This record gives sequence, C-alpha cells and structure tokens, in this order.
Amino acid sequence: MALAVLAAGATAVRALVVPRRAGWPRAAGPDPRPGRWQVVTVAGRPEDVLPTGRWPEPLRRLDGAVELHARPAPGGRGTELAARPLRGEAALPGPAAHLVGDDLGLFLRERLRQVKQLAETGEVLRADRSPVDRPEAAG
Amino acid sequence: MRALCWAGTDELAVREVPDPELRNAQDMIVRVRRSATCGADLALLGGRTPFLAVGDVLGHEFLGEVVEVGPEVRRHRPGDRVVVCAAVSCGACWFCRQGLFACCDNGSTGPAVTEAAWGQPTGGCYGHPGALGGFAGSHAEYVRVPYADVGAFRVPEPVSDDRAVFASDAAPTGWMGAELGGVGPGDVVAVWGAGAVGQLTAGAALLRGAERVIVVDRHDDRLRMVQRHVGAEPLNYRYVDVAAELRERSGGRGPDVCVEAVGAEAEAPGRWGGGADRPLALREAVHSCRKGGTVVVLGTWTGFVDAFPLGAVMNKGLSVRSSRQHGQRWIPMLLDRMARDELRTEHLATHRLPLERGTEGYALFRDRADGCVRAVFSP
Repeated sequence: MALAVLAAGATAVRALVVPRRAGWPRAAGPDPRPGRWQVVTVAGRPEDVLPTGRWPEPLRRLDGAVELHARPAPGGRGTELAARPLRGEAALPGPAAHLVGDDLGLFLRERLRQVKQLAETGEVLRADRSPVDRPEAAG
Repeated sequence: MRALCWAGTDELAVREVPDPELRNAQDMIVRVRRSATCGADLALLGGRTPFLAVGDVLGHEFLGEVVEVGPEVRRHRPGDRVVVCAAVSCGACWFCRQGLFACCDNGSTGPAVTEAAWGQPTGGCYGHPGALGGFAGSHAEYVRVPYADVGAFRVPEPVSDDRAVFASDAAPTGWMGAELGGVGPGDVVAVWGAGAVGQLTAGAALLRGAERVIVVDRHDDRLRMVQRHVGAEPLNYRYVDVAAELRERSGGRGPDVCVEAVGAEAEAPGRWGGGADRPLALREAVHSCRKGGTVVVLGTWTGFVDAFPLGAVMNKGLSVRSSRQHGQRWIPMLLDRMARDELRTEHLATHRLPLERGTEGYALFRDRADGCVRAVFSP
C-alpha cells in the first residue's frame, strides 16, 4: 500500500517522511500527462481525512495502482491530499485501468474531489437530472 | 410541473418538466412563490454560455415554501417560507468558512468546467445547469435546494414576498459591492448601472454612510427610480461627460469607490473564449476613479475583455476587486433590514407576471421595455 501521511502527531496512520523535493507536487491542476500529481486540499487533519490510515472511498479500489500522500496544509487550511499512478507513465494494471479510462489525471482529480466532498460535507453532491434524460419529460 | 426552459438562442418556452427530487441527504424541495429575472440570465438566453442545453430551466433569484426536506436537513421543515441564496455552497470547505461562499469548492457537480475556463472551480448557481453546478433554475413550480441548511433562510413575518425575493441575489450582490469597495462615512461613490443591483449597491453605500452616491445610466426612468427610491444622484451619460461630471461632484478628485454593475453586453458575440466582451462601463469607472481608490467589478462576466486600461490601474494605484456574491454572509442581516423597513426592494419588481408569461417577461426585461427593471414570476 503506497500510503504516506505526513502528520505531526498522527498516531492512527502509518507515517512516512517524504521530503518536498522527493516528488511532492508543487502545483495542482489538470494535466494530460499520466504520472502527474493531482492534489486537493481537504478541511480537517490528515488523521481525519485518512482515519486509521485506511484508503478513503472512492480511492480504495485503486490501492496498489496509485500512490497517495497526505500532509497538513500550510496556514491551517487542512490536509493536502495527493495521488499519482505508482508506475508513472505506464498504464495502470488490470481492473484499475478499467476504472480509470483514458484520462488518468482527470479521473484521479474527480476521485480526489469526491474524497474531499465526503470528508467536508458527508456526501457527494449530485446534479439535478436533466429533463431530457428522463423519459417522462414532455416537450 | 411547469417551468420556463431555454429553447435555443433567444428562445424560451414554458414546458412541462418532471418534478425535482431529493438527490442528496442535505437537499430540500421548495415550492416557488416568486422568481425574478436577472441580468446574468441574458447571457444564457442569448446562448452565450457553454453547456447550456435545450430544456434547461433558467432562474436563480427566488423565494418559496419548503415542501420536503432530506434526512440531514436540520434548520428547515415543510411550511417554512424561505429565501434561497442564488449561490450553491457547502458551508464546510475552507472558502465557505472564510465567508467566500461563491468560491465554494463543493458547490458544483461539474468543477472541471470552471476549472478549465477560469483556472479554479467555483461554487454553483441555480439555473446554470451546465457551467455552474448542474442545478435546475427557479423559474418553475418547484426547485431542489442542495445544502439547504447553508443556503436557505426563513423570511421574517413582516417582510413581503415581493420584497424578500431580492434578498436571494440582487440585495446581497449590491451589499457586497459596497463592502468590497470599503465604502465608509464621507465617501463619494459612483455606480454604473441603474438596474436592481446598481440601485441596491447605491442604497448599501448610503446605509454605510457614504456622503454622495451617484448612479450612471442611460435610461431616464431608471434614474428617476434611483432618485425617488434610493436617494442617490442620477447621471445620464447620454447628456453629459461622465468623467468630468464625477470629477466636479467630488472636488476634482474623482469618486473614492467606483462600482461597475453593468456586466457583459447581452448581445455580444461568442461563447467563452470565442469572443471578447467590451467593458465600456468598467473602462469609464477606472478612468473616473480617484487615485488610490477602489474599482469594484460587480457585473456578470464570463470570459475575456479587450482594451482593459491596466495603465490607469497601475499608475493611479487603484485596487480592483470583484466576486460573485457571497450571499450566505449577508442574507440574514438584509432580511432584518427589510423587516425594519431600512431596505425596500419591491419597487424593483416593475412587472409581476404568472410563470406562463415568462417569455414575455424576459422580452420586457431584455429590451428594457415599458420601464422594466425586473420581471418577477409567480408560478
């Protein structure tokens, strides 16, 4: 399990010190290149975002294929949560590749946002159903 | 239910659409009693916003009655009369906790769209189904309200529907204009645009103690309204040199705070990235503002503008501030002011129409016909 949590006092999670230069993402944002870190900042401490060091849903199914880091954000802004494929440029293996589809960066970013929403609000916000998606809609 | 739907560029239609449903535990369903037009809708109406689809329901400024609540809704129950902030915000992310509700991280179901367009995702908004969240609008019989405990507010008994509906969007936007400008006692304030937001900005500036508030527009009927209902000074740019006039009325300095409450031209061409907007009022505001003053961009813009006078901004030491409204911050205070009669807004509803006449209401509003400031629909 590639799960690293940089949290002072985080006793409930496995701690692994990773220096900033050792690949920690410097900038967030969508990028088409596989292997780039995708990062979100989540309100709450690392041990709250990743309780007992467990992978949060909906990232859990990518355990083994994705590297995940969490550490306190500066200024008390919560936890920086970052993910990238373990094998860098290589395609993800097996079921993970099926889950991810063609745009790995976008997929990871979406999943990180869902982790963030669940941690902050308790639910993943759903869009209204479009009238045209519903067969009962009348023109 | 019946709803006013986008039917194509410059086309609207009242159609039968499915009732909204609870989609999240923090949702509630509101039966709409009032829903107002807004200048931001005109870009949608004109087909200038990407991802808008035929059949999408417009409208984001509304008031109604709670009919159903999700299991996680704590502050509301069926029967409550509520005004709902036009911005959809979670109340829990870092931005919401700073009071920057329009910048909410969790208020949109399609954050990749605004992240691609603007570099960061923003909160949601009703009636902008594609670009700003995926939420149907309020020009309908019923609306789904996500994060109901954060975005909906009970309306005090003495406040009428016709007054309170503007607490949803126009009044907090106007208040924010004065607040972003840091308006205080003794200030001279100029506001471009005598629509609802411009008038409410002028009113907010006066409530915050401004010495003089001058509203710039080209419609005499709106300017008469500014004089009569707000107590601000009218300035019709068709007849005078605005910059010279403002300089004269501010002791040669220029206004301390200049608020642009006009926004992009509804008829400008192109969608995001496809055409540049023309910020005529904004340029004039930058030019007119005193050295070291503050220019507030309050109008609705979606993409790019050309020929922005950056040289004047830099050389005059101006501050430029802007935002979509963080209504959750101010709506309770504004409702209290409405209840005390300090803030009156019902005069802005120049045209009250049944929802079935929504197409006609938008035509009046878009064309500024018949003295229309806002059309307000009742389903």
